Amino acid sequence: MTLVIILVVVAVVLLASGGLFVATRARRRGPALTLPPVSRPVPPSSAPVPVVAPPEATAGEEHKAGRPVLKDRLGRARGLLAGYFDQVRGRSGIDEATFDELEEALILADVGVATTTRVLDDLRDKLRAGVLATNDAPALLQALQDDLVSIFAGDVESLSYADGDGPTVWLFVGVNGVGKTTTIGKLALREAQAGRAVVLAAGDTFRAAAGEQLETWAERAGARIVRGADGADPSSVIFDAVQHAAARGAALVMADTAGRLHTKVNLMEELRKVRRVAERPPGVLTEVLLVLDATTGQNGVVQARQFTEAVGVTGIVLTKLDGTAKGGVVLAIRSELGLPIKLVGVGEGLDDLVAFDPSEFVSALFG
Amino acid sequence: MFDTLTDRFDAIFTRLRGRGRLGDAEVAEVLREIRVALLEADVNLAVVRDLIEAIRIRCTGAELAKHLTPAQQVIKVVNEELTATLGGEALKISYAPKPPTVVLLAGLQGSGKTTASAKLARWFRQQGRHPYLIGADLQRPAAVEQLRVLGAEIGVGVFSEPTDPVAVARSGLAEAQRLGRDVVIIDTAGRLAIDRELMDEVRRVSDCVKPDYTFFVVDAMTGQDAVQTAEAFHRALSLDGIILTKVDGDARGGAALSVKQVVGRPIAFLSTGERVADFETFHPDRLASRILGMGDVLSLIEKAEREYDEEVAGQAFERLQAGSFTLEDFLDQLRQIKKMGPLTGLLSMMPGVPKEVRDAKVDDRDVGKIEAIICSMTPLERTDPSVLDGSRRLRIAHGSGTSTTEVNNLLRQFKEMQKMMRGIGPMAKLVGGGRPGKASKSSKGNRKKVKGGRVTPSSRGLGPTR
Repeated sequence: MTLVIILVVVAVVLLASGGLFVATRARRRGPALTLPPVSRPVPPSSAPVPVVAPPEATAGEEHKAGRPVLKDRLGRARGLLAGYFDQVRGRSGIDEATFDELEEALILADVGVATTTRVLDDLRDKLRAGVLATNDAPALLQALQDDLVSIFAGDVESLSYADGDGPTVWLFVGVNGVGKTTTIGKLALREAQAGRAVVLAAGDTFRAAAGEQLETWAERAGARIVRGADGADPSSVIFDAVQHAAARGAALVMADTAGRLHTKVNLMEELRKVRRVAERPPGVLTEVLLVLDATTGQNGVVQARQFTEAVGVTGIVLTKLDGTAKGGVVLAIRSELGLPIKLVGVGEGLDDLVAFDPSEFVSALFG
Repeated sequence: MFDTLTDRFDAIFTRLRGRGRLGDAEVAEVLREIRVALLEADVNLAVVRDLIEAIRIRCTGAELAKHLTPAQQVIKVVNEELTATLGGEALKISYAPKPPTVVLLAGLQGSGKTTASAKLARWFRQQGRHPYLIGADLQRPAAVEQLRVLGAEIGVGVFSEPTDPVAVARSGLAEAQRLGRDVVIIDTAGRLAIDRELMDEVRRVSDCVKPDYTFFVVDAMTGQDAVQTAEAFHRALSLDGIILTKVDGDARGGAALSVKQVVGRPIAFLSTGERVADFETFHPDRLASRILGMGDVLSLIEKAEREYDEEVAGQAFERLQAGSFTLEDFLDQLRQIKKMGPLTGLLSMMPGVPKEVRDAKVDDRDVGKIEAIICSMTPLERTDPSVLDGSRRLRIAHGSGTSTTEVNNLLRQFKEMQKMMRGIGPMAKLVGGGRPGKASKSSKGNRKKVKGGRVTPSSRGLGPTR
């Protein structure tokens, strides 16, 4: 509390002088700016959408052969990094240039400076200790791949369900435009196909037409949806959805929330409340999933940290991995915060949401 | 939070004191730091390399100016290079001689095109134009619905029909002409740069409506990939400008630098918040400071301008100087500041805030507590806290749902602040005449700097000068 007081006063001093500065400017400019009416905040549009929706008999695991493999999807865009690694492979020995190339490749994949440096220092140590031969570039690359895969070691990838009677609740959170609603839509379809009765909670009462978007998905998945009025308290919508699910004996509630930047304290506060309500019996909250866009850079780490602090994120859904972005920031997130990656979105089709496979992900990085 | 570059540089340059020239070794070390800082800010690697080279040339063997510390001098060079890269010609919208002027928005999914369309429409209306929105995003469920709601909110007509994007654009344009609108903004579906089919589609839309301006909408949080995406869109659509969205987060926005460099077209607008009004034209110097983690005091002032009642602020300032700042004033200010967003966000925008304070974990919930405590006081107690005896304090604690310890804390801190501020008051008159030089490490000294160094380079933050 002490700090807050200090900060407010610091801010007051700065702002007051800013205010004076403004006053002179405003005078120069004529009429002062009128405050915009306090309108409902409008988060940017979100969520990609499938072009076609032919869900060829999918339902997760038993269908492993046919499911989209990361590498195929990423194949369309691999050129960039593969070039670096080919170069390393092609050279006879290992020198500083090799490390420079590896560093560049990892940084271009958004792995981030800290994680990259750590991983490469590790490799250097291995070279020095003689674990790796100084003329064996392929072995070096293999060691790098193994190191990266080991960052994900111990990941429990599958989503968990409640043991008891109450409906399982999964809460989806994230910044604006990462694809929360779309992820829920796809996942609802998958769960419905696996024979679970699904209820969707349209907790994004903020963005214009977000409820309609989720409703379209509910229809596709044959799931029930509970909606509130625009601008309604998202907690109440989720509460109703859990009650509804319990009454009907539905197994799973997936709760959408409005996209919010992690810097907006009031919105994060709202999310805390949503979580508190979501874990109230009869509902059993088993997952709080942070949806993260693969194009996100180093800010992804900050997002993960802040959302985890606020609502205890249990795992990450990495979306839009079918573009040119590599999503390497999850390596940084995993190694700094230890959050498991649970699902990845690799395309716009309904069945393009797959379980995360570390070695697949890493070898896709290597092109 | 990140260390600012200046902090890191200070460490490197302590060795350098007394020498008049930057040596190669120091320059190399400093350049490494700059490189890391830029990469952490998501500036593309290739762009970083060019920048570092330019900075190396300017720093090597440079004479040290007397009035700047070496750290300041290097920062100045870096800042100038960044500003130059980000800046260049600004985008001047010239309207088509034969209306309507057509604006097309394109970008990845979730970059914020629909919201940016509405914000842009509002901006055009403020310029005295008559905009019209066309919703050509027929892919995402309810995207058109979203645009309609936004359009209704800002009072701009929205056209769409469930056919195909090219047809929608064509009939929308005809409709705009019929209605006599002079600016048409077309929102398109988000697409991946490597999706040939969808890129073809947006190209067809573009060929059909022949836009006067094509804007690429890009999320400020984008990482290294920004370059590839921008290149692909530029190839397909020949972009005229960039709209950077979600700038209100704490991402450093290095992607902007990359995109600007690759596309070679100006960054036109920043989308800075969730409300339709949160949209501003772009200032290269501010973003440069932000990428470097040096705070963004000008944007802060602008934010203050929007949210802060200048008269109240002026009065508060005078009282601060006079030392008659009461708890009542404090409450007023607290509420005003609350409107501007979380305290931590504000702090990150202020240069010269001591590192200890900047890094401190601030719980914004405490703001609520403080508000409650002050609200539980009588007017007399607020103006004259000395009347607060034990029983009054207990009453206040009960009334505000806090404990007497918390009430006591607030009062003690407030008193100390009052004392300190009385000393700082006169400093404010130094605005414009801040002293360069070594920053005192005491927090008090630094706080003074916030004031004095607002528009001049202090050793901690090189405030963008006007």
